Amino acid sequence: MIVFTFYLFAICVIAGGLFTVVSRNAVHSVLWLILSFLSAAGLFVLLGAEFVAMLLIIVYVGAVAVLFLFVVMMLDVDFAELKAEMARYMPLALLIGLVILMQFVMAFGAWEQSDAAEGLRAQVTDPTRFNTEALGLILYDDYFLLFQLAGLILLVAMIGAIVLTLRHRQDVKRQNPIEQMMRDPAKAMELKDVKPGQGL
Amino acid sequence: MTEFFTNTGLGIGLVLVGQVLLIMLPLLAALAFLMYADRKIWAAVMMRRGPNVVGVFGLLQSFADLLKYVVKEVVVPAGADRAVFFLAPMVSLVMALIAWAVIPFNEGWVLSDINVAILYVFAISSLEVYGVIMGGWASNSKYPFLGSLRSAAQMISYEVSIGLIIIGVIISAGSMNLSAIVQSQDGAGGIFSWYWLAHFPMLFLFFISALAETNRPPFDLPEAESELVAGYQVEYSSTPFLLFMIGELVAVVLMCALVSLLFLGGWLSPVGFLPDGFFWMFIKMLFVFFMFSMVKAITPRYRYDQLMRLGWKVFLPMSLAWVVFVAFAAKFEWFWGVYARWTVGG
Repeated sequence: MIVFTFYLFAICVIAGGLFTVVSRNAVHSVLWLILSFLSAAGLFVLLGAEFVAMLLIIVYVGAVAVLFLFVVMMLDVDFAELKAEMARYMPLALLIGLVILMQFVMAFGAWEQSDAAEGLRAQVTDPTRFNTEALGLILYDDYFLLFQLAGLILLVAMIGAIVLTLRHRQDVKRQNPIEQMMRDPAKAMELKDVKPGQGL
Repeated sequence: MTEFFTNTGLGIGLVLVGQVLLIMLPLLAALAFLMYADRKIWAAVMMRRGPNVVGVFGLLQSFADLLKYVVKEVVVPAGADRAVFFLAPMVSLVMALIAWAVIPFNEGWVLSDINVAILYVFAISSLEVYGVIMGGWASNSKYPFLGSLRSAAQMISYEVSIGLIIIGVIISAGSMNLSAIVQSQDGAGGIFSWYWLAHFPMLFLFFISALAETNRPPFDLPEAESELVAGYQVEYSSTPFLLFMIGELVAVVLMCALVSLLFLGGWLSPVGFLPDGFFWMFIKMLFVFFMFSMVKAITPRYRYDQLMRLGWKVFLPMSLAWVVFVAFAAKFEWFWGVYARWTVGG
């Protein structure tokens, strides 16, 4: 059952990646990319890393891919032209792909592992704890400083993006919610008793 | 016989399918009557009668509507991206339904008792936005497209505060498993041990964020029937439209279930002398759904800039501050340890 699920997800990851590259429509590309992300999350679940799987879905599919989709939908770019340009670099890309493939073949062909190495790799944490708990303990006990620094870098990037795009335009009318909420109903409207046939 | 259902692949598969049907069929049947209840409550507040023609007291109105939707013609706009156009409503419905896999109805009554259940629900509800974006884009028309952008921005904004509120509850409960979260609310105080009291302001913030997340009034800006055309659903007709509608309502009921589980103690009995049971869960879900309907009836619609201001400038700082407060309260066991409940219950 697990093998079947693994191959299902694996095929979906590869097919999603492939169609991300080859599909003509950029929005379709993003949708295929999302399929790829979701299948990768499925693979993480099979590995027993359910927390990482959920984070992958929440962060990449729920937020990053939505932004991709927004940008791709709004952009007015002729993707057919870009695709045509791609053909020029195809030989180079194929060469790089071939080199990577050869490296994999050479590495895994001649690779030998001791059983002890396998055990060390599999047992990073206390096996009695759940995945999420173990991750939390490692991140907040052993690598607390690095974790916080990573957060700080993200914060700097965020502030940088805001500073770059922030501009105060003087020539637009703005809503002032506080003022609107504090408005006195008695002053805001006036009730008139209109006599028939007279008007105001 | 039991051997077949516990050991062979086919048997386990059949049991799973049975369990899935056991959740889905009552859910979908309940939806029909919830939709009816929604309309009746709305009508009662406005001193109208509401649906009262089909069946006794109009009870079968939803089924008549269903039939009407199904037999109408499916119109696909010219130039629409057919595949994505039909994928969008399916995504909307399926995403709303699969979240129910981890919702417990009673002690152990849960399809998949995973230890990251609340994260799973959160992840799935963050995927619901795709139905909206895809539907708006695939219609190949500017009105649905603009409607989908508005709607998607709204759903993403309120997800942030929902996530932070959930983090507060997780810190208190010490677990991301929904059953464990409910068990951690079990205490001598009965109804006062539940998280609605300890996390009092967050109950309201979660409820309001849930309204915005599911595009319910007063945040039904995507639809806004008196001002706009129907947002991202403009070009949809017949069954695809029905799927969008059912998906939206399933998401509402899911939010009702989440409020009951996170803040109202799930299947726990409010007083000590009554037994716990799944009926408490249903009563609480119905109560929250009643509140959803009442809000729809008594509040005027928000303006879009007010909606964004509320999400980013009010709810986000408040829920963030609350997470910090809960973290300190749990660590140093302030208030007799009500925020550090992993030692008490689960």
